[in-house]
Amino acid sequence: MKNEYIKTIKNDPNYKELLQRRRRLTLGLSLSMLVVYFSFILSIAFKPSLLGTPIFSDSVITYGIAVGIFVILFAFILTGIYTYIANKKFDALTQKIQNNVKGM
Amino acid sequence: MNRSFLFIILSSIVLFASGTIEGAIEKQDLNISAIMMFILFVGATLGITYWAARKTKSPKDFYTAGGGITGFQNGMAIAGDYMSAASFLGISGLVYMKGYDGLIYSIGFLVGWPIILFMIAEPLRNLGKYSFADVASYRLKQTPIRSLAATGSIATVILYLIAQMVGSGKLIQLLFGLEYEIAVILVGVLMILYVTFGGMLATTWVQIIKAFLLLSGATFMAFAVMNNYDFSFEKLFSHATEIKGIEIMSPGGLVSDPISAISLAVALMFGTAGLPHILMRFFTVSDAKEARKSVFYATGFIGYFYILTFIIGFGAIVMVFENPEYVDYASQAISGGSPIIGGNNMAAIHLSHAVGGDFFLGFISAVAFATILAVVSGLTLAGASAISHDLYSSVIKKGNADPKVEMRVSKIATVALGIVAIIMGIMFENQNIAFVVGLAFAIAASANFPILILSMYWQRLTTRGAVIGGSLGLATAVTLVVLGPIVWVQILGNAEAIFPYKYPALFSVTVSFLGIYFFSITDNSLRAKEEQEAFEMQFIRSQTGIGAEGASEH
Repeated sequence: MKNEYIKTIKNDPNYKELLQRRRRLTLGLSLSMLVVYFSFILSIAFKPSLLGTPIFSDSVITYGIAVGIFVILFAFILTGIYTYIANKKFDALTQKIQNNVKGM
Repeated sequence: MNRSFLFIILSSIVLFASGTIEGAIEKQDLNISAIMMFILFVGATLGITYWAARKTKSPKDFYTAGGGITGFQNGMAIAGDYMSAASFLGISGLVYMKGYDGLIYSIGFLVGWPIILFMIAEPLRNLGKYSFADVASYRLKQTPIRSLAATGSIATVILYLIAQMVGSGKLIQLLFGLEYEIAVILVGVLMILYVTFGGMLATTWVQIIKAFLLLSGATFMAFAVMNNYDFSFEKLFSHATEIKGIEIMSPGGLVSDPISAISLAVALMFGTAGLPHILMRFFTVSDAKEARKSVFYATGFIGYFYILTFIIGFGAIVMVFENPEYVDYASQAISGGSPIIGGNNMAAIHLSHAVGGDFFLGFISAVAFATILAVVSGLTLAGASAISHDLYSSVIKKGNADPKVEMRVSKIATVALGIVAIIMGIMFENQNIAFVVGLAFAIAASANFPILILSMYWQRLTTRGAVIGGSLGLATAVTLVVLGPIVWVQILGNAEAIFPYKYPALFSVTVSFLGIYFFSITDNSLRAKEEQEAFEMQFIRSQTGIGAEGASEH
């Protein structure tokens, strides 16, 4: 019974699609976050003068400030992208999978 | 220069989660408007506790507020749980003092959230019931895994509580003119009342109200500052650089060596994802969809808050620094410079006075108090659930506990933790607690997080691997903190640290993962085989929510 249940879900194309899509999305977004954050931290560790450069010659605002605010917004936007896609696509697939095993 | 800055960073780590005020604390005069607003807040929250107490009947109500909190509410409550008084005062104080480096620091505390969303939030909600140990022990052997997870949780909670209590005692002493011991007892007693009677429902609403008050107050301050500069950052920043020099616009010495930088980043990212009071919040929503929305909103609120603290720090540079009203003349006479009353971490508090007078100062002081209460309540609830749900119900009673008795145990545990927190708070008043929060994050990152994430995603994980690897991670974190610069040199007075880095996470997390990996793949027992076979079913549930704990009726 239990094995049959697992088998049904595992063979459900919706389940395969869900896993594949989710894996691609979470890996992509996680890597983007890690790459952006670690580039930021390592650039500060190895070459702090880089982010200390003003964005315009007559401005006191540095690239560091712009990049820092960008990292914060970037983190928020990534959560927004994930939430949007998951709400739209993953929940529908999950619903289909659940319907297919109803009553088992 | 670098050395003194490292010290400042260290102190602000504690500050972030604790609100410790550096230097000698002088008791201030009673602040009447602050006390009025504080009484208003306490009255309102006790009213909520009374309302929540009548709805809190079962363990499910107690641990998860019945599971009917919406994603938006939970996002706000998570933000309320995470933005401590200290992140407000500590980060704005760091910006006030060092400018740009304060921003680097706050970014570190934010970037763990997207990772929590992508990897943890939904499977956690789908697999668990009341605590993250539910997930870790889903297909593994209950007794050892729960015991280890509960140890990690209780250790994290108590360390964090010590930092909070000491910080709150000092902060309240300074803001309200109360004696340190009275302040600590007051915080402890209020927290016990909220949690024992109102459980998660009261705690959630205290956190939501606090998040709202903190965000409103900080928004007003940032707005008032920007208003003085025609809403031009260029004008604000150039005025600030005239006062403190151009270097406040660039990275200073926060992450001077790459190993420390990476280790701190690992501690913040994975530590956040292993904090039991944060993880517990995901069980208060009805399903994975609401869990996901919670993180989206929480990340928005927390990110917005950090941008505000950056503006507030710069606002304090232009409005508080060298302002005769806020200079600490006694301390100036001894050490020169322009110290402000209560130390740099009071920059935001003085700014609230500079932009809004006594009334707004009172408001911000009351908000700081509310913030402390919200954070300690969440912590205590998480600790109590580890004791009653994981240790009592699952380990001692093997899952056959009477719900009524389990409730009683969790309430007794709450009172006990409250008393422990008060005693520790008083004991540690004059101790150097700079290592405490760092250690809490290190334990969360090295013991809780690896077990949790591998139990969700790695089929070959076995009980033996999780127990040995998790314990090794825990032991490594504790050992390296003790042998590190803060405890070994600053507290124990040795000349040189045996372990040169302040943050052990990079090493202890690696040890934990390697240990879990090695002792899992070499585990050929029958039990291990069964655990690996059970993964499929678990993974289906974690991905689809089929069979997950349902929402409540109310």
